[in-house]
Amino acid sequence: MTDAADAVAGAGVEAYPRIVATLIRVTGDWTLAEDCAQEALAAALERWPRDGVPANPGGWLMTTARNRALDVLRRASVERRKLRDLALLADPEPAPTEAEEDVVDDRLRLIFTCCHPALALEARVALTLRTVAGVPTADIARAFLVTESTMTRRLTRAKTRIATAGIPYRVPAGPALVERLPGVLAVLYLLFTRGYDADGEPAFASEAIRLARLLDRLMPAQPEVAGLLALFLLHDSRRATRRDADGNLLTLAEQDRSRWDHAAIAEGRSLLARAGHGPYALQARIAACHATAPTAGATDWAAIAHWYDELVHLRPTPVIRLNRAVAHGFAYGPTAGLALLAEARAGGALDGYPPALAAEAELTARRGDPAGAAALFRAAADGVRSEPERRALLRRAAELAR
Amino acid sequence: MKFMMFVCTDTEPDADPTAAPDIHEWVAERDGRGQRVLGSVFAPPSAATTVRVRDGELLLSDGPFAETKEAIVGFDLLECADLDEAIEVARAHPMAYAGRLELRPLVDLD
Repeated sequence: MTDAADAVAGAGVEAYPRIVATLIRVTGDWTLAEDCAQEALAAALERWPRDGVPANPGGWLMTTARNRALDVLRRASVERRKLRDLALLADPEPAPTEAEEDVVDDRLRLIFTCCHPALALEARVALTLRTVAGVPTADIARAFLVTESTMTRRLTRAKTRIATAGIPYRVPAGPALVERLPGVLAVLYLLFTRGYDADGEPAFASEAIRLARLLDRLMPAQPEVAGLLALFLLHDSRRATRRDADGNLLTLAEQDRSRWDHAAIAEGRSLLARAGHGPYALQARIAACHATAPTAGATDWAAIAHWYDELVHLRPTPVIRLNRAVAHGFAYGPTAGLALLAEARAGGALDGYPPALAAEAELTARRGDPAGAAALFRAAADGVRSEPERRALLRRAAELAR
Repeated sequence: MKFMMFVCTDTEPDADPTAAPDIHEWVAERDGRGQRVLGSVFAPPSAATTVRVRDGELLLSDGPFAETKEAIVGFDLLECADLDEAIEVARAHPMAYAGRLELRPLVDLD
């Protein structure tokens, strides 16, 4: 890439959601806003290599997108008020501080609108990726395992629904904010896991981190936002070491800890100081215990078991009960772990769930029954969809059978 | 914007029958705030008559246009700034607990 292309990419990351959010506020037209933001980026790619990178790249992009929107609306001769508001959008060349406040509000408005609970969860994730993060529709379609035209239709339907159902373009206030924020965080969490899963789209994890960072900057008084960002950073610090050269997934114990991203770990830990004890903060505290252990053997499992005890009070889901059983197994021995695993399985919610079989296998191995454990690992491998996970489980079974 | 709020029954109501707010308080408060334009309770579905004209012939049938376990038992016409306000109005209605409410915006034809 040339320097100018780098400058477009760099400025675009920051400017894109601002431009889209501001143009939606003024014109109320989601598609127009996205098209004009895209066209401004395309214009920059064409002109900056020739004319040089402008002094305020973000401002240049905003002005170009605004002028493009003005052109389109003039041709369509829409109401005078929208045109006037667009023309009045402060020319952002000297980066005025008051306009900056407005822009911050616009981006928050956009996030809360894309994550409105009256939209289907999948639509919220796709719309956030497309509109807030500016991810191309083709990439979103690939992650959702649908064709690009199907995803285009879904996005169009979601945008139409925002207008026809009466979904407001607003950040809720007071008790409504408390009620709505978890939904926004859930979308970011889903986005992150879509990127972090074995077969995921790694760029989505980076987008989720970027959006969580933005949200944390915009809402610094919300502890769960800091907790979510910390959780993302602490997990993502291991991204480079999760696989061996052949693409096989490695367990925490097998990973090269010296190659973990220690800057990300430090940032994640410092966020915990103001992250409180909500569900995301507790998961981040658990991730921090793993991230700061010098070796797998030195992991503070008693602390992890304690955080899981707190977490299971807030989120008594089968999966969290399962993870709690594993933690207790490491902290207090396989018998304690297997007892909690049996509790987690009561009611049948974990029947046939491969991670539950893998956990039972691990605990069984540590209790001194390698043959039983190997059979359980093979049963877990039969149930997983992801090829790298399947290989990792079969490898554990083979090790135990030796 | 205006929302038609269809008041419907539901086969799985809220487990706690005492949790639902009082309907008279709801009507008084929403009328007072100008959020409820009008509303009423319907006669049972068995009282419904469905009307069609096909090939110039009037066809009448008894019963509602769609046979379902859930029935529309009333309506309220709401005047709200947006969906969020309409949801706030709807969640305070007793039938949000005992049944379900559908919020359908009216298309502005002007």
